[in-house]
Amino acid sequence: MSLAKRIPIFVLRLLALGAAVTATVIMVTSKDTALVLNMKFEAKYTNSPTFKYFALINAIASGYTLIMLFFPSKSSCGHLILVFDLIMTLLLDSSISACLAIAQVGKKGNNHAGWLPICGQVPKFCDHVTGALVGGFVAAVIYFLIFLYSLHNFLNLFTLKS
Amino acid sequence: MASEGLEKPEVGGVEQVAVTTRSNDWIIPTLRVLAFFALLSATLVMALNKQKKTLVVATIGTTPIQVTLTAKFQHTPAFVFFVIVNASGSLHNLLMLIVNFMGDKFDYKGLRPLAIAVLDMMNVAFVSGGASAAAFMGQLGRDGNSHARWNKICDKFDSFCDRGSGAMLASFIGLGLMIIINIISINKLRNHKLVNSSIVP
Repeated sequence: MSLAKRIPIFVLRLLALGAAVTATVIMVTSKDTALVLNMKFEAKYTNSPTFKYFALINAIASGYTLIMLFFPSKSSCGHLILVFDLIMTLLLDSSISACLAIAQVGKKGNNHAGWLPICGQVPKFCDHVTGALVGGFVAAVIYFLIFLYSLHNFLNLFTLKS
Repeated sequence: MASEGLEKPEVGGVEQVAVTTRSNDWIIPTLRVLAFFALLSATLVMALNKQKKTLVVATIGTTPIQVTLTAKFQHTPAFVFFVIVNASGSLHNLLMLIVNFMGDKFDYKGLRPLAIAVLDMMNVAFVSGGASAAAFMGQLGRDGNSHARWNKICDKFDSFCDRGSGAMLASFIGLGLMIIINIISINKLRNHKLVNSSIVP
């Protein structure tokens, strides 16, 4: 495959790799302690299964993107790459959506359930999680573009007409 | 396998035989009907999800003071998003069913299969986002989070939680069906291209 055709997908995958790795690393290193009423509270990402799911999915996406960086786009297993890209896009989309829901509860609380917001006590943890969510969102959007590109390689969308 | 409609274009040197099987035309409408009912039931069950509970807080003399707590789906933005997305998904399936049966004139330069596939992809993404957000929020409500001092609410509002989990289950079933429909319509795009690539305009 010519170099000019390989460059856009390579750049996209590189950006996605950067975003996914950033999201994973920032989420994993998010930690903060707070002293409330002489008790020590520690906020880590492992406290919530949603954040663990988010870190896991982004780690899988970064590993997959790293492997795919060195693959030619139009090889014989084109439809297998398409299926894996679709699976990755959907997983990233679901992880970012779930994390946004839980982070919104953490930031604003929920009056009706009696859940107090925790961002006031552990601001560094909240900032870290916000940064990781931004990275995860960028990774999800770029993966959607990568999926469209794989679909175009597979189907040649420009020449579809009846 | 029954096959009708053998096309052999005579213009142009290349003869390509394209076999279109009419007996496979009932797969996508059947799946769409099932997905429509699954998403519609998820929307309705979650939208009508409400539970009231009256608790006795204190007793002054002989009259007890009661407090009424309500659990509604509007209290949680994740459930609101879930309802909106499932409504949009079921509307999309309904529209696709109508176009399938009555829309042979809705074809603009043959872009109809492409538009169907793209809209299917968008709705799969939306429904997957809504379903997973509601699933994790439901897990938080069922188990609470001891580190953040968030108490679980499912032991008090059990029928609210039961209905919510039923709606999520229906939404996941609809999501799986929509993913299958999406893959089949992308496959149809490929076959469509094979038919048309040899016809000289």
